[in-house]
Amino acid sequence: MKHYISIIAILVSLSAFAVAQEPVLFDGTNPIVLSFQGGSGQSALPASDAIPPAHLMTPEQLNQTLKTAKHKPLVLNIGPRSMYTQAHIPGAEYMGAGSSDAGQQKLRERVKSLPKNSAIVLYCGCCPWSHCPNVHPAYQLLHSLGYTNMKVVYIANDFGTDWVNMGYPVAKG
Amino acid sequence: MSSKRILIYGVVALCLLGLYIASRHTAQKPKPTAKGNVAPDFTVTDIEGKKLSLSDYRGKVVLLDFWATWCSPCREEIPHFVDMQNQYGPQGFQVIGISMDDDVKPVREFYQQFKMNYPVAIGDDKLAESFGGVLGLPVNFIIDREGRIHAKHLGATEASVFDGEVSDLLARH
Repeated sequence: MKHYISIIAILVSLSAFAVAQEPVLFDGTNPIVLSFQGGSGQSALPASDAIPPAHLMTPEQLNQTLKTAKHKPLVLNIGPRSMYTQAHIPGAEYMGAGSSDAGQQKLRERVKSLPKNSAIVLYCGCCPWSHCPNVHPAYQLLHSLGYTNMKVVYIANDFGTDWVNMGYPVAKG
Repeated sequence: MSSKRILIYGVVALCLLGLYIASRHTAQKPKPTAKGNVAPDFTVTDIEGKKLSLSDYRGKVVLLDFWATWCSPCREEIPHFVDMQNQYGPQGFQVIGISMDDDVKPVREFYQQFKMNYPVAIGDDKLAESFGGVLGLPVNFIIDREGRIHAKHLGATEASVFDGEVSDLLARH
């Protein structure tokens, strides 16, 4: 009987885990420092870009990191509000467009209390990578502030195509 | 009831719960913007303060353009849309612009600068979601005289594609 109860308890725990809709992410109150996982997909990154390859990651790599890493990176959305409201990476915080003064100011405020080697991920996905007005200014800002453990998600087409349609988790609102 | 039977019922219940959760995650949502579907109606106030409803244009061929001032592929398309409005407007063609900018000010400036000759309104997440989500720009819809969606274009599209589709639909009546 004890065995049966144990088995049921394990199954119930597994179900409860499956029901959990959103992973618990870094909330910024207790900054973490970690290394990003490598994983597959590095070859999908652009050969030449103003952002060095070491500071880029694919959507697949981020999804894997968020699923498996014990400590989650701080994920910051630097795109337009309407797109964030429709769909964003669970746990991602909205900063405002990385190309705008307001977005840059909020980004600066958000990271100022974090250690320079905090794990930070920036993403936009408003339009194809080569046309995105937000990722490069936001990267340059954090780089100039001395943040070293920072990645920008290389979204080749847009957030809908490269994240939502890939079946990766999304949150609304 | 024997403990064995309790275990079996427990396992069956958990399996059903698992199947329910899986179905919720994998169920295909109906696509409101599939070709042939009537385009979702909406009413917005354009940047000049006039009410604008998509249904007011029933009987015309409509190019519905989701765009933003910060989106360079969108900006590149707009002079051609202005030309199309001039060329095909007398035959029953109408361009409608839905800007996904967070703020109306740059849209008004852009409208003047590019001498836009068709109505433009600010969109929001609800309007975007009614059209299947706008998670990347530009997104354009070609809508026939009966209000049905004829085509959806995601990302930069050749001007000749728009001309071909619009002139084809105009020629049908």
